[in-house]
Parts: sequence; structure tokens; C-alpha cells
Amino acid sequence: MASQPIKPSLAGNASQSQRTSQLGLRYPSNGKTIYHRPLNRSRTQELSQASFAYLFGEMVSYAQKRVTGIQDLEKRLNVQGHPIGLKLFDLLLYREPPRTQTRPLNIIALLQFITTILWRHLFSRPADALEKSSNPDTPDEYMISDNDPLVNQYISVPKEMNQLNCAAFVAGIVEGVCDGAGFPARVTAHSVGKGEEGELWPGKTVFLVKFQQEVVEREAYLPKN
Amino acid sequence: VYALIIINKAGGLIYQRDFADGLNKLNINDYLVLAGTFHGVHAITTRLHPLHPPPSLDPSTRPDPPSGIEVLETENFRLQCFSTLTGTKFLLFTEPQQPNVDKIMGKIYELYGDYVMKNPFYQLEMPVRCEGWERRLVGYLRVLNSR
Repeated sequence: MASQPIKPSLAGNASQSQRTSQLGLRYPSNGKTIYHRPLNRSRTQELSQASFAYLFGEMVSYAQKRVTGIQDLEKRLNVQGHPIGLKLFDLLLYREPPRTQTRPLNIIALLQFITTILWRHLFSRPADALEKSSNPDTPDEYMISDNDPLVNQYISVPKEMNQLNCAAFVAGIVEGVCDGAGFPARVTAHSVGKGEEGELWPGKTVFLVKFQQEVVEREAYLPKN
Repeated sequence: VYALIIINKAGGLIYQRDFADGLNKLNINDYLVLAGTFHGVHAITTRLHPLHPPPSLDPSTRPDPPSGIEVLETENFRLQCFSTLTGTKFLLFTEPQQPNVDKIMGKIYELYGDYVMKNPFYQLEMPVRCEGWERRLVGYLRVLNSR
């Protein structure tokens, strides 16, 4: 599994730090904080799927104890993923090879960035499909579909809650990336596991990206090239 | 493989399923009683050993603490019990000549660790109702039975 932005360095630094008598932030003895670490150092680091699964399972149960409904639970997971998306956006842009380092300036470029680079960073494979909504009432909705989201692999949702999709966490990450790029959007996760093509991939999830009105208007002003 | 039963730490039945046709179907109460009985018998056999092991402080030479029933064989079936470090017992009923029961047991335990333990909606020591677990267990054992 590709590297996750959960910070492993904090543990290392805390063990190096000495107990100081004053209260406040403790710095490690060699004076190097996490901001001194080179950004490319964790580029090819991997994390075991089991550790992530336990952590994510705990996140879901933590949220479940504090909410009253499924919508709220999905919102909580979304909110948890949002800051990760913001930071990942900057990091991934920085890590791209220098010739091609461009910020996505229109919607299609942003969505392509998400479906290839972001997905490859998180799940070691690109997303399965990117579609534009064909509904004339909502021309600003795009759908990213993933046949088998990694985060849902070990989770079996009980029958009473079968509208819940824990990929709301990934939807939060995507929302953070969109907001960070200057294209405010609302991203939600929907499971389409039961259908003619759903049978092959029972966990198939579609992420619905709905851009806000000003983004669509701005897009209309851009010259078509 | 004929059937699988999982018993929790307190001796209560948390999972039961048959994988072959033509088995005697017992009613759910009977399965609960069976699980409780087995748990008790297992505990008793843990204490039953004729010789007192000499007390030794060296951990490498100290003999393993005795465990309860592990295998029960009759002419129609064979029952293997795998008890984990946390007190959960996996009872596997197979035909008497089934080879590699240990490997099968190991694989079932691995599936259990993955799909039951990592599921945030599963409460510990409660009956197992996880769809991912059922799907993969049935898939694995059907393939094994049809070979």
C-alpha cells in the first residue's frame, strides 16, 4: 500500500527528546524538528494495511459513539479527511518532477490530478473511471468511481446501516484537495454495489464531486483551448 | 469440512455454520448447549494431568502449560479444537481422513482476524454477523470441499 500521510516521525523525535523541567514544547536534543526532514524522504514508504485497518476501524467506532445518524457519521469521516487533502495537495504538487509541476487550472485538469496522482499515492493504482454527469439539471457534477476502495476492504456494514459508506473518509480527502486547489466542492461517497455491473465488484463506490456555482461560472469564462 | 463453531472467552456460542449437506441439523438451543458443554470439558481437561511437572525457573526448559482437548476422533468425523491466546476456541468438524487440518485452521483464523476483528461494527464476544467474513469463509471452504 502506498504511503499514507500519517506522521511516523513524531514518535522517533519524542523518544530522542529529553525531559526538560519547564512545561511547553519539547525539542529533540539535536535540534531537528519534523520541519527539518526533507519532504521526499517518505516518498516510497509503505504502511501495512493491517495497521491502517485497525486505525480506521477505531476512527469509525469513535465517530459512531458520538453521532445520532448515518448522515452525521459520514460527515464526521468527511471532516476527518479534509485537512489531509489540503496538505496532500501541496505535498504531491511539490513532489512531481520539475518540468510538469503545474497547478491544475481548470476542472478537468484537477480531476485528472485526483484520479491519477492522488489515487496512486494513496492506493497504488489510478481510479477506475471519471465521468461527467449527464443530467441537464446538474451540469457541475462529476463522478469518480472506484471498484474496490481499500479503506472498505475489511468493513462489513450491518444490514441496518447499509446506506453508510466508510469511503466518506476518502471523499473528505478529495474535498480537501479540491478546496486547496481553489475549486470549492462537496464530495460524497455512494455505494453502487448492487446492479448489473455491481455484481462483479460488490464494493464499487462512486464519489460524487459537486462544484460550487462560482467555480462553474469561472470555468465558463476561461478560453476554450 | 463439515462444520465450524466459534466459542468466545466465556463459553458462549458466537458462530456456527455447516458446510456439507446431509448433516443432522440441530436446533439453535442445542448448539448453544453444545458450545457450553465443550467449553466446560475443555477447562476440566486442562487441569487433568497425572504428573506434576518439576518447577523450573528457566523459561526455555519449562514445559508448556497443559491445554485442554485438542482432537476428538470417531469413525464418522474428527473434531479439532484450536484455542487462541485470548481464549476464543475454533471447533472444526471434518471427515476423518481430511489432511492438513492445521493449515485449514490457520487460514480460518487468519480470515477471522481480518474480517471480524478489523470490522468496526463488530463488538467483541458477541455473535459474528459480518458479511465479509461469511463471504470469504464460504468461498474458501466450498473450494476445499469440492476438491
